[in-house]
Amino acid sequence: MNQEPEHPPPVEPAVSSVAEQDHRGESRRSFLFKLSIAINGAVALLVATPVIRYLLGPVRSKGDYDSWIVLGKVDDYKPGNTVLTTYRNPYSHPWDGETANVACYVRRQSANSFTVFAVNCAHLGCPVRWFPQSQLFLCPCHGGAYYADGSRAAGPPERDLFTYQYRIDGDTLMIRAGQMPTLSNEARLRSPGGCAGRQSFQLIKGITPCPKAPVPGTSESTIG
Amino acid sequence: MSQSASPWYKRIYDWVENRVQLADFVRESAEHPVPAKTASWWYVFGSASFVLLLLQFVTGILLAMVYVPSAGEAWNSLQVLNHQLPLGWFLRAMHGWGSNFMVAVVLIHMAQVFLFGAYKFPRELTWLLGVFLLLMTLGMAFTGQVLRFDQDAYWGLGIGASITGRVPFIGGQLVHLLLGGPIIAGATLSRFFALHVFVLPATMLAFAGLHVWLVLKLGINEWPTPGRLVKRETYIKEYNELSHKHGLPFVPGAVWKDAMFAAAIVFAVAFCAAIFGPYGPTGTPDPTIIQTVPKPDFFFLWIYSALAFLPPDLETPLIFIVPVIGIGILLALPFVAGLGEKSWYRRPVGVLTLIVLAVALATLTNLGTYTPWSPHMDAWSADPIPVRYLRDSTPLERQGALVFQVKQCRNCHELGGIGGQRGPALDKVATRLTEDQIIRQVLQGGGNMPAYGAALSPAEVTALVAFLDTMHPPNQKPATDASRSIAETDKPAPREPVESIKR
Repeated sequence: MNQEPEHPPPVEPAVSSVAEQDHRGESRRSFLFKLSIAINGAVALLVATPVIRYLLGPVRSKGDYDSWIVLGKVDDYKPGNTVLTTYRNPYSHPWDGETANVACYVRRQSANSFTVFAVNCAHLGCPVRWFPQSQLFLCPCHGGAYYADGSRAAGPPERDLFTYQYRIDGDTLMIRAGQMPTLSNEARLRSPGGCAGRQSFQLIKGITPCPKAPVPGTSESTIG
Repeated sequence: MSQSASPWYKRIYDWVENRVQLADFVRESAEHPVPAKTASWWYVFGSASFVLLLLQFVTGILLAMVYVPSAGEAWNSLQVLNHQLPLGWFLRAMHGWGSNFMVAVVLIHMAQVFLFGAYKFPRELTWLLGVFLLLMTLGMAFTGQVLRFDQDAYWGLGIGASITGRVPFIGGQLVHLLLGGPIIAGATLSRFFALHVFVLPATMLAFAGLHVWLVLKLGINEWPTPGRLVKRETYIKEYNELSHKHGLPFVPGAVWKDAMFAAAIVFAVAFCAAIFGPYGPTGTPDPTIIQTVPKPDFFFLWIYSALAFLPPDLETPLIFIVPVIGIGILLALPFVAGLGEKSWYRRPVGVLTLIVLAVALATLTNLGTYTPWSPHMDAWSADPIPVRYLRDSTPLERQGALVFQVKQCRNCHELGGIGGQRGPALDKVATRLTEDQIIRQVLQGGGNMPAYGAALSPAEVTALVAFLDTMHPPNQKPATDASRSIAETDKPAPREPVESIKR
């Protein structure tokens, strides 16, 4: 332990010179101090503006990230089937690795009628799994369940599965995709599935099946 | 200045001390008097939290020397740490277990501070800083889980983005901001790396430093005595009396317990790390691999559980309003209850609140470990029907058992204690539901069960119901519909209600 501190004597503050200052000098110094703060504030604002713009860089308007993507030939998908397929997200970087690959379900109802579902559960985004035997999509996280047409069957989701807008260009199937679907960024703007008339932000009370005309699923028997 | 008599290290020490002039401050801080009773094992959790924070800094920096914060490479760099670099696995395990211990010790510290009334006047600001430190500790835990960048991290981010997407009006923009782009990808990992490695640690260090400074300046909270009320006018005088007249110097009077506990905690982290090893990474963060059952780390299981139980039409408001209210209550606590009684003997509401919160957290966490609300995705193909349910059954009933398996009923319904727990176990379903009721339930669903009318042929339904109708104990008859006998015999119903109930 240092028992005898040998601190150098404190530097003599220039008290005398300050005391001698007349009132004009003091107000001048005080003004300059305030000015320096004001200038620093202005510079900070000047520097912060581009920083904020930079931070908000990823924020884009609805659909701005989306573009049309080829999902393969129309005839790759058999009518009556729902299959998992993947595409590379149109907006991606080389260092994204596997994460830029996106999975989706393609359901072909008839020759020219498709539904393309996002794999993300409408509850909290977990990947739903398709069970062709029971004609259900099941979510492993909190037990959300959807019918073959994507309409909500059970569990905590408050709406149907998200679907992508699709179009058939010659013999290729294309979807409009680009961002992770959430309740704000839906894969497409209108509510999908069998509930054409349902508002996208409408909360569903309890289990309310869509007002549907065709019955989903298959009548094919699995009993030999 | 240099006395040639003193040894070389003393001269170096004096040379430095003459310039930084910290010795007096350090000695004063170390020897500041604390109330005698605070030299207790109950007062060690704050210092242990700080030691764990420093431990996380050290192990984190060591990991950052190898880790690659790139979506394409992060997972591989963790494999290198786990399997190729000598003891890389151990440092990963230290960091992972260190975070577990830190969340636990911080929570215990907070509970102790609450129980001892330490948040009351004049230590309100210390409590506020502590609340922010707790939030940042949880923030570090979540961002750290993201940096592991495996399947759980990926879908955990998906849950985070889905919750963010529920924010009214600006949800979409917030999701872009959170993910750094339209999807969970490289930009997402980079920004969580910046948060986990720069922003949060720097803020935590500053806040923790100020937190400790306040403890030094305001003194450690005295041991609560029933009836000794905190009053603005007299508290500081009373405290000084306690600490100066009946106190003892912090060093060495109280600090040895802190030091002992800190050593024990660091040893416990190392022990768990060595025995249990590092966390994951689980599967690669490939979103096209959907055969996954994502689950958050231990300390977020309670949130995961809570999200399973919220009613759909209230979920969004509750997700955003409850945390705001909860944090608001924590921040308001020292201003609402900043004076008066400190002792737990005279604060029944406070003690009860703490117990209820602890039990709720423990219950939700426990539920999160086995997630009864989740379907077992492979139960239908992995869990056979118990043989005893198939003995002496007709071909139709056996066919029904096949339908039961192949239509994934098992994913949500237990048989013989195996299978999903989403729906009720069906071992005794025939005693609860009549044949007609089973048919209705299968075809139309309801009560959180999907309707299977479209997925089953009439023959399948007949077989399935025949099988389910055998699901009753041998000594208990299946439920029957009394009106059936009327329809069959076309006679008035037998008037023996008492006897039928007996049966």
